[in-house]
Amino acid sequence: MSNVRLWISHNTGALIAVGLFLILYIFYSSLHPRGFTSDLFVQNSNEALALIFVSIAQTMVVILGGIDLSVGSLMTLVNAAASELVIGSGWQIILGIVLCLIVGLAGGLLNGLIIVYGRLQPIVVTLATGAVFTGCALLIRPTPGGEVDGDLSWVATNALAELPATYGWWDGDPPGWFNVISGVPMPIVILVVVILVVWLPYRNSELGRGSYAIGSNEAAAYMSGVRINRSKLAAYTLSGLFAGLAGLYFAIQTGSGNADPIQAGTYTLNSIAAVVIGGASLFGGSGGAIGTIFGVMVLRSITFCFRVVDTDSAVGFLANPLLQPMFEGLILVIAVTLGAARAFSVKNRLNMFR
Amino acid sequence: MALPQISSLRQSIDRPLLFAGIFIIAILVVGTAYTLIFEGNASLLSPTYLILQLKVASFLGIVAAGMMIVVLLGHIDLSVPWTMAASAMLAAAIGGPFAIPIGLGVGLAIGLFNGIGVAYLRVPSMIFTLGVNVMLRGFMVMLTGGFSPSSVPTDAMLWLAKGDIVGIPNPVIVWVLVSIAVAWMLRRTPLGRYIYAIGNREAAVYLSGVNTRLVVVASFALCSVLAAFAGILLAGYSSKAFQAMGDPYLLPSIAAVVIGGTNILGGSGRYAGTIAGTILIVLLQSVLSVMQMPEAGRQIIYGVVIVMMLLAYGRGSKLRV
Repeated sequence: MSNVRLWISHNTGALIAVGLFLILYIFYSSLHPRGFTSDLFVQNSNEALALIFVSIAQTMVVILGGIDLSVGSLMTLVNAAASELVIGSGWQIILGIVLCLIVGLAGGLLNGLIIVYGRLQPIVVTLATGAVFTGCALLIRPTPGGEVDGDLSWVATNALAELPATYGWWDGDPPGWFNVISGVPMPIVILVVVILVVWLPYRNSELGRGSYAIGSNEAAAYMSGVRINRSKLAAYTLSGLFAGLAGLYFAIQTGSGNADPIQAGTYTLNSIAAVVIGGASLFGGSGGAIGTIFGVMVLRSITFCFRVVDTDSAVGFLANPLLQPMFEGLILVIAVTLGAARAFSVKNRLNMFR
Repeated sequence: MALPQISSLRQSIDRPLLFAGIFIIAILVVGTAYTLIFEGNASLLSPTYLILQLKVASFLGIVAAGMMIVVLLGHIDLSVPWTMAASAMLAAAIGGPFAIPIGLGVGLAIGLFNGIGVAYLRVPSMIFTLGVNVMLRGFMVMLTGGFSPSSVPTDAMLWLAKGDIVGIPNPVIVWVLVSIAVAWMLRRTPLGRYIYAIGNREAAVYLSGVNTRLVVVASFALCSVLAAFAGILLAGYSSKAFQAMGDPYLLPSIAAVVIGGTNILGGSGRYAGTIAGTILIVLLQSVLSVMQMPEAGRQIIYGVVIVMMLLAYGRGSKLRV
């Protein structure tokens, strides 16, 4: 019983995000003219996946107590690289994907090396490396364009059923067990695989636990024998990998590359918002990929909801496209302020200054 | 006898200022070598060019002055772009003799809102001001969508941005006045002392009997008023107030502050460094464009320069327990 209570108290933020998402999404799909369908779910998950990966990249760094202002730029760089590399025969595509992920890893490692061995603050380092990544992206792709393998694009942005159908895995009808899961959107399959293969092993490893310890109290972690430098480097490098995954998916989704600094900035800022809504503290030591995923889905659901509000209803003013940017900002401010309710519950005012 | 004098001289010129100064001279030397070789003149060293650069730098300098106050507290203000745009657009839209006071008033209101959110609600400044920025953008889209209010600056705004007094452009004079005021505030007033102290440890300042939350609100208000002022000047300079006018000022203003030696975690840094950082960034951008460097190369050099400058003098101490 006390274990459950402990778990809930550790994950309050994430649970609130899950609840908020469910409310918003049920509201959205019930208002949607065609109701909740598999197609709708596929489309919505497509729109969310790139931001989910960028936000997980941000989460890795926020857990350490840092902040990464270069995730959007790194994503843009990998996006530009992918528009050149992910094309051709089967092996070429696989090689291209691997190269793209290596670019992401290298970008993250660069951040980590400068921050750890240069002993500089993450916020200014990533501000600068963000400019470098944007510059490299512009070198690769001065104008929007490029091409990504069409089959891959189709498979990655549709329901799971298209995967064997496109590549002809089975002659004739697929086996019975496959029909049960064939409606699952491919982005969700990708996300689950990545979480199972990368995030969970990392979270339970010495490196992952070390990064939570560093975020809580670096000096105490050091005294407890946590290998500070190694944990930090691993976190930044993995963050680069997730930014790379975001860029790769974005290229696959749009079928092209675009080195757009404004879009990079938007992704970076949204990733910070998603991490906070997902229950992480910007002071470090808490949060996680799962909470962040729901943080992104809350952000995205808000945008979705605006699309379906009936203009004649009582809340019809919400449908006014001129008002939507304002409400998005307002909801963002309210969401992060709710997380600050802590300020009113502290018994000793000194605890507020952290 | 000579030794103590040299060491005191060395202390009075701090390293960020020294490095920034050397780098500014290096930029001018490289740029002049380029123009000498390819154009056969030394136009970068002409007074007209340098005064023009100071004029361009004054907008960034005023924003950076405000940003520095907030950074000294250990906070950051990401709402600067739309504070500039909203103030300038509203000032231009309302027009008349009250345009400038109204623009500054908008800035003050935004700053108070930011300050209350950060100081009283204890929301991390990075995320709160980020949200305010998005909100302001939405607010301006709401106000200007569907019809287009006047975006032409008033005569006073035009004079303030384009006029000059005995050859010195007005924005430069404004920047100098703002700089004197901010430097005096930081060094000579209790408010300045509190700002540095809060950047070091807010709890200690609170226990010393200072109303730290009011200081934080005042600092955010100052930052936003200065950003609004820069926005109004910029609208006069470009003869138009437009939506994206503040976007190119956020990251350079933070960069100017940290290149100038202010600790991004707050508590230390000198105002002179921020001026040097501002001039460095403006000159770097200008010389790179004179050298016809493509945007990609400019971004890369810009990033590398920030990291190199910080590696030279901004390194933290090793973790010692």
